[in-house]
Amino acid sequence: MNNKILSRVAIFAIAVYILVPLFITLTGRLDFYYTLTSVALLSISSAGVWLTFYIGRINIGQGAYSLAGGYASAILITQYGFSFWSTLPLAGLFCAALSVVIGLPILRLRGVYFAMVTLILTEVMRLTALALPITHGAKGITSLPLPGSLELFGITLIPDFATLENPKIAFYIMAITLMIIVYAVLWRIVNSRLGHLCRSLQQNEELASSIGVNTTYLRVLTYSISSFFGGIAGASFVAITQSVYPSSFQVADSINFMLNCFLGGLGYVFGPMLGTLMLYFGWDLLFTIGQYQMLVYSSLLIILMLFLPNGMLSLLDRKENR
Amino acid sequence: MEQIVVNGLYLGAQYALIALGLTLIFSLMNVMNFAHGQMYVLGGFVTYTAVSQFDIPFFIALIISGLTLAIVGALIEKFLFRPVIKKSKRDESTMLLAAGIGFFLDSIILLLFGEKQRGVPKIVDGVFNWDFKIIMPYDRIVIGLIAIAMIITFMLIMHYSKAGRAMRALAQDKVAATLMGVDVDRYQMIGFALGAMLAGVVGGLLVSITGINLGMGGPTSTKAFIMIMIGGAGVIPGAIAGGFILGMMESVGLSVLSEYGDITYLLIFASLMIFLAIRPHGLMGKPWG
Repeated sequence: MNNKILSRVAIFAIAVYILVPLFITLTGRLDFYYTLTSVALLSISSAGVWLTFYIGRINIGQGAYSLAGGYASAILITQYGFSFWSTLPLAGLFCAALSVVIGLPILRLRGVYFAMVTLILTEVMRLTALALPITHGAKGITSLPLPGSLELFGITLIPDFATLENPKIAFYIMAITLMIIVYAVLWRIVNSRLGHLCRSLQQNEELASSIGVNTTYLRVLTYSISSFFGGIAGASFVAITQSVYPSSFQVADSINFMLNCFLGGLGYVFGPMLGTLMLYFGWDLLFTIGQYQMLVYSSLLIILMLFLPNGMLSLLDRKENR
Repeated sequence: MEQIVVNGLYLGAQYALIALGLTLIFSLMNVMNFAHGQMYVLGGFVTYTAVSQFDIPFFIALIISGLTLAIVGALIEKFLFRPVIKKSKRDESTMLLAAGIGFFLDSIILLLFGEKQRGVPKIVDGVFNWDFKIIMPYDRIVIGLIAIAMIITFMLIMHYSKAGRAMRALAQDKVAATLMGVDVDRYQMIGFALGAMLAGVVGGLLVSITGINLGMGGPTSTKAFIMIMIGGAGVIPGAIAGGFILGMMESVGLSVLSEYGDITYLLIFASLMIFLAIRPHGLMGKPWG
């Protein structure tokens, strides 16, 4: 079993680190680097949303934490002179702390109520970013420096992005590495005691709490992990675009994060990754058909939902049942 | 002050109509209809087309847009929501479908009607002026009265007609209603059509005042969600209360807080989150709706 997992991870790593860059150099579509980087980062955010789904909550507020993480990173870099690499975990921790404060009251809500409150949370974050002086309102924070070098005991682990010939490839590798780490963590959480407890929350909270599961603690813990993912995704996104505005992450993005999870399948750890790839890449590929882009895209969504209402990865289920 | 109250009532009447449709659909099918705002925009464009292209009188155009949306809603329920609800493992899967339908309607509207702001001429001219305390154009008064009349009609239908009773029974307890011989499929379809019709009529009403454009769908949906959360999801009187409360808050906020810039909505959202933390199922909702 372990060998099987290891070999799968190895195949995936070879594919994303070697085959994809090779393919891109051969076809000359250098813009795919940016697309794939975005997919990787958005799928980190979606992983957070998926984790809240795992405790039975519909989270449409991930955009709020991505925005908060982005602003935290940008403010730390521009005003306090931090390097990007140290702001990455700090932005995540900031979002996790924020989500504990916000989560304690709102995680008592369930079903649509939680979904709608989180939806509104995204809007609150955008309006707050507009109103606060430290975020510079609608002008946003622009011309952030590229990530510098990271050294440990005199050994350069990551070179300075600004000195690189093509920072796009560096960003791609950074995003993919982050994504692999996040999904490894997610997989580990799901297959641990914490994951079992989360499943018990998903099925019946009263029953779980009656046999001694600390539901409040678990809910807040999972929610803060989920927001941590949102924060680091937002911070890396800001580093790539080198700017952050109140409209960088808005309600539409929050809804997309949720859709990614649905599309990939709520019962599968790697569902959000596949969902993000399909939604984002599909939208990009359909760009060629111009004004009918939206029509075809939404029709495909509806058709997918009609035939595979449990997500793309439910295709695998059927094969095993046969 | 009187002016603020009247503005709030006028806004509230329209908001309540939108929220009614959304809450009806939610109570019957447990579906959060993300496409509700788009249905409303579609209704506005149907009215616009009927009035300006075919010279149909406004009130008949209003009925036409209501009927069109009712048909669209019934088709959406029968061919999209019903099969997905039956096949999916989790209720929430319908959210993706609803969002997909929202995008789809958006693109249909874009292709058929374009992206320009559209409006129809005023239906009544003149301005009502009561000693400069209340100033209100007559057409707004007419629209507000129509909206209130429709709310009352809707309530009467829900209370005294056979279909209304069946829908209320379904909303209370689906299993029990089915056992009593209520045809679930049929009344879900009627309910969805009715909800879509209300959205279409509000769209038609507003096209004569503020006009309508493609981008209005999403924000309208968000507002409607807020209203039904204030009142409690799936409860019809709650939706009406939520609509009037939001209308009033908006009207008061926009006039009192105007000097502080655009913070009305920030305050509304923040107070809503605090309110829900204290009272998680809204004013009149069922717990854990």
